[in-house]
Amino acid sequence: MEILATALPALGEAWGLILQPIVLGYLALGVVMGLAVGVFPGLGGIAGLSLLLPFMFGMDPILGLALMIGMVAVVPTSDTFASVLMGIPGSSASQATVLDGFPMAKKGEASRALSAAFSASLFGGLVGATFLTLFILVARPLVLAFGLPEMLMMTILGLSMVAVLAGRFALKGLAAAGLGLMIGTIGIADAGGSLRMTTYDIPYLTDGLQLVIVGLGVFAVPEIVSLLRQDRSIAQGASLGAGWMDGVRDWFANIFLSIRCSIIGVIVGVIPGLGGSVVDWIAYGHTVQTTKDKTNFGKGEVRGVIGPESSNNAKEGGGLVPTLLFGIPGSGSMAIFIGAVALLGSGDIEVGPGMLKDNLDITYSIVWLLALANVLGTVLCIAASGGIARLTTIRFTYLAPFLFMLISFAAFQSGQNFEDLLALFAIGLIGIFLRRFDWSRPAFLIGFVLSNPVEKFTNQAFQIASFRFRKSFEEGIDYIFSPIVIVLIIITVVSVVLGLRQAKLIMAEGDVQSGGKRAPLIFLLVIMGYLTVALINASLIPNYNMTDKIVPLVVGGLSMACCLVLLVQMIRRPEGDAIFADKEVAGEDADAPYGLWQTLAWFAGLIAATALVGFILALLGFLIAFLRVRAGASWPKTLVLTACGIAFMCFMAGMLNRDFPPGLLQSLVDLPWPLT
Amino acid sequence: MTQLSFTRRVVVGIVAAAAMAAPAAAEVDFSGKTIEWVIPFSETGGSAKWANFFAPLLSEELPGNPTVVVKFMPGAGSTKGANWFQQQQHKDGTLLFGSSGSTQFPYLLGDPRVRYEYGDWIPVMATGTGGVAYLNAEDGAKFDGSANGLKDTDFIFGSQGATGLDLVPLLAWQMLGMNVEPVFGIKGRGDGRLMFERGEATIDYQTSSGYLGGSADLVAAGSAVPMMSWGALDDNGVIVRDPTFPDMPSFKEVCEATEGCETSGVAWDAWKAFFISGYPSQKIAFLPQGTPQDVVDTYVAAFEAVRSRPDFAELSANEVGKYPMFVGAGAANATKEATTVSPEAREQVVSWLKDAYGVSLE
Repeated sequence: MEILATALPALGEAWGLILQPIVLGYLALGVVMGLAVGVFPGLGGIAGLSLLLPFMFGMDPILGLALMIGMVAVVPTSDTFASVLMGIPGSSASQATVLDGFPMAKKGEASRALSAAFSASLFGGLVGATFLTLFILVARPLVLAFGLPEMLMMTILGLSMVAVLAGRFALKGLAAAGLGLMIGTIGIADAGGSLRMTTYDIPYLTDGLQLVIVGLGVFAVPEIVSLLRQDRSIAQGASLGAGWMDGVRDWFANIFLSIRCSIIGVIVGVIPGLGGSVVDWIAYGHTVQTTKDKTNFGKGEVRGVIGPESSNNAKEGGGLVPTLLFGIPGSGSMAIFIGAVALLGSGDIEVGPGMLKDNLDITYSIVWLLALANVLGTVLCIAASGGIARLTTIRFTYLAPFLFMLISFAAFQSGQNFEDLLALFAIGLIGIFLRRFDWSRPAFLIGFVLSNPVEKFTNQAFQIASFRFRKSFEEGIDYIFSPIVIVLIIITVVSVVLGLRQAKLIMAEGDVQSGGKRAPLIFLLVIMGYLTVALINASLIPNYNMTDKIVPLVVGGLSMACCLVLLVQMIRRPEGDAIFADKEVAGEDADAPYGLWQTLAWFAGLIAATALVGFILALLGFLIAFLRVRAGASWPKTLVLTACGIAFMCFMAGMLNRDFPPGLLQSLVDLPWPLT
Repeated sequence: MTQLSFTRRVVVGIVAAAAMAAPAAAEVDFSGKTIEWVIPFSETGGSAKWANFFAPLLSEELPGNPTVVVKFMPGAGSTKGANWFQQQQHKDGTLLFGSSGSTQFPYLLGDPRVRYEYGDWIPVMATGTGGVAYLNAEDGAKFDGSANGLKDTDFIFGSQGATGLDLVPLLAWQMLGMNVEPVFGIKGRGDGRLMFERGEATIDYQTSSGYLGGSADLVAAGSAVPMMSWGALDDNGVIVRDPTFPDMPSFKEVCEATEGCETSGVAWDAWKAFFISGYPSQKIAFLPQGTPQDVVDTYVAAFEAVRSRPDFAELSANEVGKYPMFVGAGAANATKEATTVSPEAREQVVSWLKDAYGVSLE
């Protein structure tokens, strides 16, 4: 009751602030800008916000908040377009959506998938805001109850989703996750600063690989290449089946799933420094486990879209808790948000512990502006989805060059190095082979995403636990086995047991035929080769930096063990066994008119030309050559499409104040933007 | 629009009019130009906030009111961006670079990734901050202005890494004879404070704004006890009490009161050099090498005008607090202080990093 007495007046003031025409106008402006920026995978929120920053200085706080929140709120909504329509995971919030959303698009159900996703997003955002309104007042002790052992267990719960997504061969899924974890350890170790699989001579690798690049490489590149080889439209037969009303109906039929996943989203989102990366996988795992007929997952099950989408907008609300209560950003865009709030008005709103005491009305305004922006953004997205879904009926050969353009630009933005493009290509190759031989790509990505948290929390929790144990045994045990940890352990064990039983039914790559021994065996040996090198590399780290070597050694060793068992099985089993799954034997890829390497060569050509003459000139040549030679377009069509593509690229980059990858030419001659 | 922002506009208008009336540096004109302020960090860090705060103010004061945009070039702990800046020559005065303690420390320590030379760059403006260390309530009771009562206690400290700004507190605690075990790998001081609030860490420090924004509440609630500030530099380069925390002893005072801690000698010089680089001259704005004097003067005059705005103290409360903002010659002096360390002092820190944390910089 006491809580309500403080909350209600502040809530009233908040609505008073929000419901002014000018505030709603700024919110709408922010939403529209956010949607426009959100086209770029992996860039949206951060790029958009830094674009707004110069205007925040001294702006009326509520107007500035409306503008910024409008922009941030719609990014997890608008990136659904890319993940459903193109199989491009726009951000960590939409990775799980790709698994079922993209297969739906391929079945010609793009607008159904989109509207189901958007309805779920909208609902999730509202449930999140409602829950948060009360929860934010009592959240502080909960956030503080989440110490390192709890976060470690939460990460392990996220990792246990690998069991659900491992595919037909649990060992292959495990090894894929292990490989992801190992690739995530590349770079300078956070704890002791040791170099892992890198040297100071390759500064690029010392920072490790960016999630955007790995996400694009693992999901987008293989799908783009595969579709391009088949030379068809994304939607089979270029026809659109179910319409957008069906999607809304699908969502309504699964409203309880949507509620559960929203709650999961808020609660996981509240935990600082963890939420974003695991929440949609946990939601996806939960969705799978609570669905009776699991055979459709990975092939276009609408529940697989509704679950993660309900959680990812709710998570944004949850993520406000650490941001507002502790001043600790839950994500990159929240970090800019905190900085921007300090510029607003007279600069006296400081995000942090004082927020609830001094600015509860502003806090509530933020929560509900976020919800309102969600509503607005979603309505716009649903309205647009029918039209945009038509993209899936275009012959893919006309779409592909622009997708290569987009993913290259997005990858470059993550670090602004030419090496970003090389990394995208290399990870893309890994993705192509993981897909071909039916090694779970989601498992690989989960491993990569959680690599850093697993290592960090293990080391830190171990260090503090041993500190407590030195004081007394009881204190140590109390620290490690808190009630939250025990509950999480139980959930994890149950989900692993159930997951392993169900994993065989869930075929994320569809039904893959098996073929000869040679190709799958070579791929396995290559992975084992990498693991061997990584293991030797880790074992060379001196022992006083045990924190930097223990995780790569243990994870690498376990993955190696999985690979060895697989190797034995591959040697003993006959050809044609399911272990030798190979997409090049039969099915879409095998029947494709174009070969893998010649298709990939186009992408490689774009990257090589960029290295020589810089991105825009390379793009000019690439688009013309591709459209003329590969797509067989007429000269006028080629030139118009090329001009549109380049104009779009320059316009967006110009607006966002971004550069393009320079090449050798640019290091010799000074050229004006955008050729720089 | 609120009354406040209206008044601000009037003030800004008057200042702008005054600037236009002054004929100084009239030859340099940036009309229609875009000035790029390159920050070697990501959009999310403190330097981004710093540059974004100054960018619109600078734009108002530069002749021709050019657009000032902040560009981010993160990578390799900021050495990537600094190495890039080293390659730049003066073109038309539209390039500005922002360096921070995290750029200065690798330079001081001889990090192998460093291919830049501060001596080549032209500093135009510098700002600093202070820092405060605090203890949990239980151990804080044993603190009496000296660390004598703390030498038998084991402390846990959430740290971002021994070679960053945390070097200054870690070295200070070591000089006081305290046994502080850092837990590495956290991101940002906010995470460190959270670890302290959860009771996992038992000692912590924050920069001044972080302390005022979060930790001061803990002190008020009785769950934390302030130990010391790092202090501040007076005009003669002597460490005095931090003006933001006049009631708190500086590290120098605590060191003097503690047995076995010396405020002279190689260890003290090493600490002082890194303290200056990390705190009082933490963030510096540079023009590239080869910039002609008239352009330099234009920038110095613009930053001078920013500093003397009547509302600057109020605007900058969150950014620079009560610490001096150095411009022109002052900035050059601050840069020299922040990037110079005697070979003995460097050797001392490098070998301490190696012995205590196994950090090797080769």
